[in-house]
Amino acid sequence: MAEIVLDHITKRFPDGALAVDDFNLDISDGEFVILVGPSGCGKSTTLNMIAGLEDITSGELRIGGKVVNNKTPKDRDIAMVFQSYALYPHMTVRENMGFALKLAKVPQATINEKVEEAARILDLTQHLDRRPANLSGGQRQRVAMGRAIVRDPSVFLMDEPLSNLDAKLRVQMRTEVSRIQRRLGTTTVYVTHDQTEAMTLGDRVAVMRSGLLQQVGSPKELYDSPVNLFVAGFIGSPAMNFMGGTLEDGKLRTSLGDFQLSDRLRRAVERESAGREVIVGLRPENFEDAAIVSADARPNGITFHTSIDVLESMGSDVFVYFTQAREQGVNAAELEELAKDSGRADTGASGDTVVARLDAATRIHEGGDAELWVDGRSMHVFDPATGRNLSLDADRGGAASSSAARSSTGSSSAGSSSAGSSSAGSSSAGSSAAGSDAATGSTTPAGPGGEVT
Amino acid sequence: MAAVASTPRQKVGWTTANFVVIALALIPVLWLLSLSFKTPAAVIDPSFIPASWTWGNYSGILTSAQFIRPLINSIGIGLISTVISVVLASMAAYAIARLRFPGKSLLIGMALLIAMFPLIALVTPLFTIERALGLFNTWPGLIIPYIAFGLPLGIYTLSAFFREIPWELEKAAKVDGATPFQAFVRVIAPLAAPGMVTTAILVFLACWNDFLLAISFTSTIASRTAPAAMEYFSGSSQFTVPTGPIAAAAVVITIPIIVFVLFFQRRIVAGLTSGAVKG
Repeated sequence: MAEIVLDHITKRFPDGALAVDDFNLDISDGEFVILVGPSGCGKSTTLNMIAGLEDITSGELRIGGKVVNNKTPKDRDIAMVFQSYALYPHMTVRENMGFALKLAKVPQATINEKVEEAARILDLTQHLDRRPANLSGGQRQRVAMGRAIVRDPSVFLMDEPLSNLDAKLRVQMRTEVSRIQRRLGTTTVYVTHDQTEAMTLGDRVAVMRSGLLQQVGSPKELYDSPVNLFVAGFIGSPAMNFMGGTLEDGKLRTSLGDFQLSDRLRRAVERESAGREVIVGLRPENFEDAAIVSADARPNGITFHTSIDVLESMGSDVFVYFTQAREQGVNAAELEELAKDSGRADTGASGDTVVARLDAATRIHEGGDAELWVDGRSMHVFDPATGRNLSLDADRGGAASSSAARSSTGSSSAGSSSAGSSSAGSSSAGSSAAGSDAATGSTTPAGPGGEVT
Repeated sequence: MAAVASTPRQKVGWTTANFVVIALALIPVLWLLSLSFKTPAAVIDPSFIPASWTWGNYSGILTSAQFIRPLINSIGIGLISTVISVVLASMAAYAIARLRFPGKSLLIGMALLIAMFPLIALVTPLFTIERALGLFNTWPGLIIPYIAFGLPLGIYTLSAFFREIPWELEKAAKVDGATPFQAFVRVIAPLAAPGMVTTAILVFLACWNDFLLAISFTSTIASRTAPAAMEYFSGSSQFTVPTGPIAAAAVVITIPIIVFVLFFQRRIVAGLTSGAVKG
């Protein structure tokens, strides 16, 4: 059992590439933290630094209060599950799981006992004397987990442990991992590029992009109050819809229609944004079939007509896709990176397609003209230059919870490189400065929910 | 080749070509075999199959210290050189395959250079060195140069094998609490075993077959190896050429190689790393 503190951790490779830049994160004892981000964002490097498989260029890493920068992996009391499982092919399952204990010169009887107990937890008892080559993918994955469990380490590190499994098994093992972690109560750092895993597994999620920590928070925090375009686009499936918008006469003009802006949001936008161009973000569930929306709710958003390109019925929900005329380009480096990561750039699908999640009761059909309603209250407004979430700044006027303020010390693409450490009780100088800046900036108290209309 | 040959005509063509190649390679060997069974008088007989078969040549050389002692030398020197070469080469190859260190490409270049260097050019200086150091006509006098020339071969073969082993296995071993040496000995080396066997065979064959160094650095049967010893066989009289005994000795020293290759062939081919990572 141990807490992990990453204090201004930086990793620069010998060839000069900066993999991780000034990473700050406090992981408390027993916590399940997910590092998530697109490939190449530095999340695996960070994990390897915690494991001791990569040197730390600068900064301090503490596990259980002790600085471990220069300790070898064997002196850190950690166990790691690798993406490829990395089982020793010349050893049986029993030997694989007992290897660490054998190296630690634990008596053979104790090893057997521990291995058998772990095998029972993981339902591997009948496979103990087989070799990895004769096991299925799911069984290998469980052996890899077992190898970590038997050691009873103070920290579990998992590097995309489920990405080699097929979809169905992955969902099963996801629950399994969660169950085991809860049962053992071991501090766990879990790396994944899959935002679904991140949302479902972790107590807290840390989103990374190009070596920078973007935001740390509970899955709900990240979903409801993303600090910037990148986090907004990365978290959530289907992803948030982005479209261009222009500020005119206190209204936000988009291709869907004109949103009425509250003074607070308008001021926040005007203060932060150099121009009048912004990027509007709307989650699929913010849309609804106008016919279903009650008359009371209608004034909270706007209605518009569109023709439906594709309709996917999931039974519980209906997803509709429609194309939005491009009023102005939505160009941001972060969005391009997201498109590349999700493969959208390769399929040639344009970013102008909007996804909406409607109630299953909708009578809208494919190819037809439909009247949709979109809730303006949960709209996010982003600065196209820095990617910062301006609506969040507006919310922060005082009513916003302290956790939101902590987690949203924005580190934007163009902005400062100091990403906020959001762990409770350890706000670094940088993050507190950014927080107070935002607080003094908008003095108007915000109402709950942060109304826009 | 069967997969390539699609038409019957191509099949016949390939089969013929294969037979020709194999025959060309085997005829001298069969001839040698035939000579080894001929009596001294029949050696000049041009017929392929001996008129009268004799074991005389074999019983002669196998009872003579002039052949038995060199045979023991060959086995001893070959095995010692092979073991030392493979152990050193596996460590060097591991470093080359895994580590980034200054002078790595220089090291690889030097190893390649040694492997390419014409041996005959080195015989004279090495001879002088060995005389000066008192290594001439001793086992170490042959073992040391054999290791030197076996290492580049071993490093090249083994580094290819080490590259195939997933690096994550080593990381896993480290996280499991192994020191780098333990990770190598308990995880990496067992997986590289097929590579080590292959390398050992190649190095052993090179030592076993060497004639140039063996004839240059030895003077008595105290250290002379079998290929060199054959050169010193004498006939029954001063005027008879010992063709029969030489042929018999050549057959005898070929047998271990055939056995070696046949025995280890499966091991060389069998991959051990399957199952380490996802299929």
